[in-house]
Amino acid sequence: MRDYDKLIFEISKPGRKAYRLPPLDVEDMDLEEHIPEKFLSKEELNFPEVNEVDVIRHYTNLSDKNYGLDTGFYPLGSCTMKYNPKINEDMARLSGFANVHPLQREDCIQGSLQLLYELDKALCEIAGMDRMTLQPAAGAHGELTGLMLIKAYHEKRGDTKRDKIIVPDSAHGTNPATASMAGYKAVEVKSTDDGIVDVEDLKKVIGDGDDIAGLMLTNPNTLGLFEKHIVEMAELIHDAGGLLYYDGANANAIMGHARPGDMGFDVVHFNIHKTFSTPHGGGGPGAGPVGVKEHLVEFLPTPLVEKDGERYFLDYDYPNSIGKVKDFYGHFGILVRAYTYILTMGRDGLKKASEMAVLNANYLLSQLKDDYYLPIDTIYKHEFVLGGLKGEQLEVRTLDIAKRLLDFGFHPPTVYFPLIIREALMIEPTETESKETLDEFAKAMKQIAEEARRDPEILKEAPHDTIVRRPDEVRAARNPVLKYEG
Amino acid sequence: MYPYISHTPDDEQKMLEAIGVSSIDELFEDIPDEVAFKREFKLDKAKSELEVRSYMTELSKKNCSLDDLTCFLGAGAYDHYIPSIVDHIISRSEFYTSYTPYQPEISQGTLQYLFEYQTLICNLTGMDVSNASLYDGGTAIAEAALMSTSVTRKEEIIISKTVRPEARRILKTYAHIQGLKVIEVDMKDGVTDLEQLDSLVSDNTSSVIIQSPNFFGIIEDIEETARITHKAKRALLITSVDPISLGILRRPGDLGADIVVGEAQGMGIPLSFGGPYLGFIAARQSHVRKLPGRIVGETIDLDGKRSYVLTLSAREQHIRREKATSNICSNQGLNTLAATVYMVTMGKEGLREVAEQSTKKAHYALKKLTQSGKYKPLFNQPFFKEFALTSDLDPELISSKLRDADIIGGYDLGQDYPQYKNAVLYAVTEKRTKAEIDKLSSVLEGI
Amino acid sequence: MNVLKDLFYTEDHEWLKVEGDEAYVGITDFAQDQLGDIVYVELPEIDDEFEKEEAFSAVESVKAASDIYMPVDGVILEVNDELLDAPELLNTDAYENWIVKIKLTDPSQLEELLTSGEYEEFIAEEV
Repeated sequence: MRDYDKLIFEISKPGRKAYRLPPLDVEDMDLEEHIPEKFLSKEELNFPEVNEVDVIRHYTNLSDKNYGLDTGFYPLGSCTMKYNPKINEDMARLSGFANVHPLQREDCIQGSLQLLYELDKALCEIAGMDRMTLQPAAGAHGELTGLMLIKAYHEKRGDTKRDKIIVPDSAHGTNPATASMAGYKAVEVKSTDDGIVDVEDLKKVIGDGDDIAGLMLTNPNTLGLFEKHIVEMAELIHDAGGLLYYDGANANAIMGHARPGDMGFDVVHFNIHKTFSTPHGGGGPGAGPVGVKEHLVEFLPTPLVEKDGERYFLDYDYPNSIGKVKDFYGHFGILVRAYTYILTMGRDGLKKASEMAVLNANYLLSQLKDDYYLPIDTIYKHEFVLGGLKGEQLEVRTLDIAKRLLDFGFHPPTVYFPLIIREALMIEPTETESKETLDEFAKAMKQIAEEARRDPEILKEAPHDTIVRRPDEVRAARNPVLKYEG
Repeated sequence: MYPYISHTPDDEQKMLEAIGVSSIDELFEDIPDEVAFKREFKLDKAKSELEVRSYMTELSKKNCSLDDLTCFLGAGAYDHYIPSIVDHIISRSEFYTSYTPYQPEISQGTLQYLFEYQTLICNLTGMDVSNASLYDGGTAIAEAALMSTSVTRKEEIIISKTVRPEARRILKTYAHIQGLKVIEVDMKDGVTDLEQLDSLVSDNTSSVIIQSPNFFGIIEDIEETARITHKAKRALLITSVDPISLGILRRPGDLGADIVVGEAQGMGIPLSFGGPYLGFIAARQSHVRKLPGRIVGETIDLDGKRSYVLTLSAREQHIRREKATSNICSNQGLNTLAATVYMVTMGKEGLREVAEQSTKKAHYALKKLTQSGKYKPLFNQPFFKEFALTSDLDPELISSKLRDADIIGGYDLGQDYPQYKNAVLYAVTEKRTKAEIDKLSSVLEGI
Repeated sequence: MNVLKDLFYTEDHEWLKVEGDEAYVGITDFAQDQLGDIVYVELPEIDDEFEKEEAFSAVESVKAASDIYMPVDGVILEVNDELLDAPELLNTDAYENWIVKIKLTDPSQLEELLTSGEYEEFIAEEV
């Protein structure tokens, strides 16, 4: 493959064009006659000039520098990089979904409303909740919405001194960031040596409990372990007057085996782009619907979709609603993909997906634990966390292992997270990978372990075969170059 | 067997043996009995692709597609032309099936287009720095407002009533949880009342937020608003813009705006019943460390080769945790690519032509629609591609008559502005033809 | 790890060098080593007033970010602008490159700070 190294600005040539519009068919006019001169731009836009072939070649060449799920194995822990079914893409592009304005008349959007209504019901059934808002744009946005709901609940009860949200030390950084964005103070609860929340410490953190607004928890947690004391934890929080928030990042582990609603959670978000197979798109767009139990329904963002006989409609009549968190009704195009997936998999397929995700994680672990340090030796759910190489080979770091995996054609696992495990390698294979793929990956990991013993330099200098090698992040951050200046 | 799961019963058996358990259920034994889910989901069983396709197609046909109707509806989402190549490029699975670019060695494609996007947004808005995008135009306003309170350490936000009502509702939701005060400025003949603004701006002001072209399509005086805003110590002017309008209008960065945000749906992203869209935010160099969301920077690799990485990430939640500037840990990835491809495909001339044609067609439509006197302009102000008309007719009646003629009519302003009962906001993009506008006019005349 | 004599220290790894009723404040060699390559230093404005243990600055590396706290109550007299363009100076010499110069509001607070010997013991335990 040739080494393409141009920015679109560098292939621009004055006079080239990649578009043609129909000629103006209404009477022409001078803009100055209708718009005061002080508002009108006199300068040309500083945009490139290229033709259509240039654009296609440029971005096709860029795509060659990317590794996608369709390229190969992507075992990023807590990211659930499962296969993105192609029919999902086709359904989102159906003209009756893609070419619909959000503010069209109600009788012109019955299909969209029915889809949202049915998806709400399906997600509630999977989560064990009573009602969903489909507005949030992403997991982090779902978290924020969830904490807004919790705040509204306490405020309505006049219970305004609750200013703390409890977050485990193994939590994703988004949890404490969300708590603070929602005007709360995040307080940490410790994990035990077994990797789950220390219930004794939780009791201490709760104290007399009158300042606790709630607890945010991922279950299974970021180590891939089921929080088996969840019922006791839920009781402790509820007794203190707080509410429980379920971070659905790891929901792919438990479909058909457990539901957050049954565990005592009051608010739940799902990462649609994880559990429900919609593409990550190089960073987005995803979707983060939030489900609640009955006592929080009145606070949901508006509108909600309701049904009256055969007619679906947007219901804005929620006087205690937190308001609006997102333009229009959320990431509809992503929700179409998710609903397509739910219909395709059905009740049996969703359960099977979680079972195979858990089987794959435990199988891969069984193939790796001879060579890699396993801080907690137990049965995992959909992912597990290793602590670097076994033995005292400290000169080879987790970063080196990750970079070397690139040479073998694999996307590395999540590294250095969760923070409570040193040199963490967090591996989530998902259900859509075959045994053969897992075996190939295990083989590469074993070879890396062997290289660490025999020739660690290979690892320190990895990757060897990628188009760029360890770009200098310190340089990028010290003297930020954030745009092309020619 | 399921199409996306490859294990044969034999595979499953071998894998269970390797793990040292005898059944799948044994892998779930850590779930306490009292919370274990013991029934089946009340959902249908798995379906074939043909069955799913047929059901979804049926649903989609219960909507009216703009392929079959003519759209004069805007109010924040627009029916602009999308070049064919946009969908072809974003359909490359190397782009759409990749994760956030944490591993730069195998993500240079994503990182480079984000870098190009940041450059294009800076050039378009006249600002120094752009992030790699936000969820949408509405939340971008809220994020910008939170950013202004963090920069100025003040808690009062002033927003004009000519800003899109839904965006104001989002801002209020966000402001409420942080205990921030939101003050709304009235309007005068469809634009922000600058005299009132002048009286409201004080040393407690963290930011003033306006939209131009505003919700009514009218061009606001950004320069004068900036002058008033900057009378207050440290206060920032946040301007929300329609990026298409910058094909002909002066850049907010050249007019004194401190933060520029907006909705980029009109640049290559389908209407898709309201999302996913694309929010953008651009700021001054001095505030780059307070800018929320992802940012890509240029650097060199071990061999001295130009390359791109996510940078300034210490601001973000995975490091600063509870002290992060925002909890956003993604961007709109693929939609950012769509907008990038749109901007380079249209290029410097194309964006101007789209903006000019939209403006000219909108002005033609205004003239045509008001000719008989049955419909009157609600305001008398310079506008871009949207304008409001008032009449004696009930907007619902107008809408349904237009619907009968396969036209999607304008937005009923009375929903958000009770004082503008019977006023309808029409949007005209470059996609509308003279024949379509003339038809709109004749149907309206016939009501 | 280098710990200079004659400076005051905190458990948050700041140092303080007193000159009359004024003092220089910076981060310790141990702190810069823990942070790694420093890429950015956020500075307060002159005349800003801070209380003891209030964050007055933040230091960022690629992998970490840390607030810097006031060892004692004080008013900012000077900030070290050089750090804006060359944050790596903190890696080069954390003691030579102070972050701010302050006027001490209450010199008696100095007694509450660690001596170099106490700080050495403190970091020995932290490792």
